[in-house]
This record gives sequence, structure tokens and C-alpha cells, in this order.
Amino acid sequence: MRVGARTWQFEHTPVIKSTGVIGGPFEGNGAIPDDFDSIHEDLWLGQDSYEKAQKVLTEEGCLKAIDKAGLKKEDVQFVLSGDLLNQITSTSFAFRKLPIPYLGLFGACSTAMEGLALASFIVDAGGADHILTGSASHNAAVEKTFRYPTEYGGQKPPTAQWTVTASGFALVGSEGDGPKVTSATIGHVIDMGLSDPFNMGGAMAPAAVDTIEAHLHERGVDASYYDLIVTGDLGHIGRPIALELMEERNLNVTNEQFQDCGLMVYREGQPVLAGASGTGCSAAVTYGHLLNRMKRNEFQRMLVVATGALLSPLTFQQNESIPCIAHAVSIESGGDEL
Amino acid sequence: MGKKQQMEKMTPEQQHYQKMAKKHEVKRPVVKNCIKAFFVGGSICLIGQFLQYGYMFFFDFNESSAGDPTVATLIIVATLLTGLGVYDRYAQFAGAGTAVPVTGFANSVASAAIEHRTEGYVLGVGGNMFKLAGSVIVFGTFSAFVIAFIRTIWMTWGGTG
Repeated sequence: MRVGARTWQFEHTPVIKSTGVIGGPFEGNGAIPDDFDSIHEDLWLGQDSYEKAQKVLTEEGCLKAIDKAGLKKEDVQFVLSGDLLNQITSTSFAFRKLPIPYLGLFGACSTAMEGLALASFIVDAGGADHILTGSASHNAAVEKTFRYPTEYGGQKPPTAQWTVTASGFALVGSEGDGPKVTSATIGHVIDMGLSDPFNMGGAMAPAAVDTIEAHLHERGVDASYYDLIVTGDLGHIGRPIALELMEERNLNVTNEQFQDCGLMVYREGQPVLAGASGTGCSAAVTYGHLLNRMKRNEFQRMLVVATGALLSPLTFQQNESIPCIAHAVSIESGGDEL
Repeated sequence: MGKKQQMEKMTPEQQHYQKMAKKHEVKRPVVKNCIKAFFVGGSICLIGQFLQYGYMFFFDFNESSAGDPTVATLIIVATLLTGLGVYDRYAQFAGAGTAVPVTGFANSVASAAIEHRTEGYVLGVGGNMFKLAGSVIVFGTFSAFVIAFIRTIWMTWGGTG
């Protein structure tokens, strides 16, 4: 059911029955290696191109989620997924072998929550019993698409972020046990005129704040309702900007409660500059690390706000500024209703 | 379009945001980067100087002809380090220090060639090898042409070269 202009409140509360989270070698060496279902030691994942390696991340994430839910491929009605490469080929190619009806999405790094919002809506409306959703990113494949060759010795500024090699998939079901998806708010495209592709956090922060503000207002809750409001991925630069913006708008979000997926993946000392990013980042952190913490009862309610920078290498060269978007989905452990 | 014109085209909201965001932006450590670049770049040049003397001392080269094998050696080493995947790691530290000498040029060509290997030799490696280095060649050649042109006119008018 729609509440307000752009928020869905799910009456039949779809559940996240299981998740599949796969990581690369750099992530396996990071801060949350135990939250991945499996970790690849080889950046190529045994493939002969990084694009194919990214495809394997998607395949494995999907199969893992289906397997952990004790289901078969045939039990899943739809899959909603996307990635950052041109024409989202690596995602589409992954479903050549997995014959599940497929809807390709592009929301840059917001894809994971775009997918979860839509999947939950479809399940809530009775359109499916099981939907698979998530996304993957591979550091080298994404660098190739958006920046310089991986072996090129360019010096990155401290505001740059590091694309994760990881995938995260969730199996959303109409019934069963697991964390519940309670509501979702769809974002506007927001462009504050920033044009530095090495400062995504700064460009995306206003989109995150806009969606958080709309969500709290339309759902009619105070920020303190959530134990955690997690953005993906503002990094070291974007997070304090977003905090200041929220203070300006009296959103009552505290420093402790406001966290960022981009700051959770890597250890101190890994050379990731302003933090992690990539479609796989918020997907893997949410479906791995955060849901595991929720299951351990460390917190009950979280709002995941995945942010995406909707640029391409072409638009950047043509001096366009970077339009950004953020989608928010609330995930709550079972029990006390609103 | 200049920065100022761009600012004028922006809405007050955008201008307000950019001012705020600027505060949080971590600046490039320019002075530190310059010092690092100076020492790393200088070391590469020092190695080049040793190589040049080596070619003059041990082989049959004179001061001007020793330049060619020196550059070739540096290019081969930089290309090898790129292929072994270590060049880019030093580059994040050294910045312009590894980018400006001929080693940086070799790295840009080799890295692009490796990157596009999966798209085949002709369209992949051949077509993309000079993706980054291409603009250096184009504008390098063009500026050389302009300078040579000016010099020729100067000489014809009786100046001294």
C-alpha cells in the first residue's frame, strides 16, 4: 500500500528467507570476512576475463541463496538484478544458465535496494511467492568501464572510493521465517552540480538525505524508530556531509545510528581511500554483515538507503554533473509491529 | 565553460550545498605529493643517468647516442613491472614521479594493452593500446610542429638558432 507520495508500506510483510553473499580476495582480507558465504582467493574467479568473473559472482550468489532457502530454481518466479557494466551484460549473461524470468535493473550502486523494494512490492501484492534480488560488482571490471586500466599508475585523490568485488543476493518470500521487509521509499534523481567522479560520496549525500527525509515523513516515524540507518556507500567524505544536511533539516538522526556500508567492508590500513563502493557493496554488506547482526539480535530495525551515481564515462567527459539517486528499504526482525 | 560561469548557472540550493560539501572534502595533499614525486621521479632519472653512463662506458656509445638504449631499457623495465602488476602500486605513492618520466608513458601503453587483451589482438590490444598515450602523442607531435615552424621562420628571417 502506498503511503505518502513515494513510500510503500508492505501489509503482508515479505520476508528475506535466505541470502547468498560472495566476496573476492581483497574483501576476504577485510573487516567482515565471516559474513561472506564464500570467498574467492583468485581475482579472476577462474575465468579468462573480469567481466566473466563478475558474472560468476552473480551466479554463485543466486545459487547460494536458493540453496540456503532449501528451494529449487523452479520455485523462484522472478529475479530482479543489475550491475554497473555497459548494458548490464554480466547480470543478463548470468541468467542464461539460470532459467528464471528476469528483469534487469540499473540504479548504479542503488541497484540492490531498488531490487529489494520492487521484489518486496511484487511479493506483497501476491505477484510471486519467491523473488531473487541483488547485484554484483567486480573491482577490475568496473574500473575498466568507468576509469583507467587496472594496471595504469594513476594517482587517485583521497576522496576516491574502492569498488568491491562482491555480490549479495536475497530470496524474498511471501511467508516463512526471517527478517521482514516492512516499507520502501523510492528516490528522486538529485543533482547538486558536483562533477568529480573521484568524489562520489559528496555527490550522492544529498540524494540519501532526500530519501531518508521523505521516508521518515511519509511513514510517519521519528528517526529514533530505527536502530540503524545505513547508507550505501557514502564513504568518509559523503557520510559527514549527509549528517550535516540532516542536522540542517532537523531529522534527529544521530552519529552512532547513522552508518555506511562503504565503511564496513575493509579493515583499517587497506588502501581504499574514502571507503568502499560498487553495486555489490551495499548488497553484500546488507545481506551478509547487517542481516547476520540482526539475526544475532544486535538490533531490530534498520533502514538501508542505497545510493547510486547515475553517470557514465561519456557524460563525465562531456562535462555533465553527476545525477544521483537513493532508495530506502526498511528491514525489521519479526515481532513488535508499528 | 569556466568554473565561474558554471557556478552562476547553478541554483542557490546547489551553490549552498557545494559550499557545504567543500568543507568536508579531503584535499589532495599537494605539497606532500610534490615532494614524493620529486624524489621518486628524480630517482628514476638518476637510474637513467647511470644507465646512460653504463652504455657509454661499457659499450660503443657516445653521449648523444646512449640516450636511445637508456630510454629503451627504462621502457622495458616499466612495461615488465606493469605486467607483473606492481607499477600501479608504486604510482599511488609516487604520483607524477612515476607518471611524468618515460616509464609513465610505457605504463599507460602496457596497461591499456593488458586491459583490452580479452577483446582480441586487433580491436582490443591494437585499438586500445594508445587510449591514454594517444593524446600525449597527438599533442606532443603538434607542439613539436608548432615550435619547429616558429624556429624555421626565425631562422629564415636571419635570426640565429
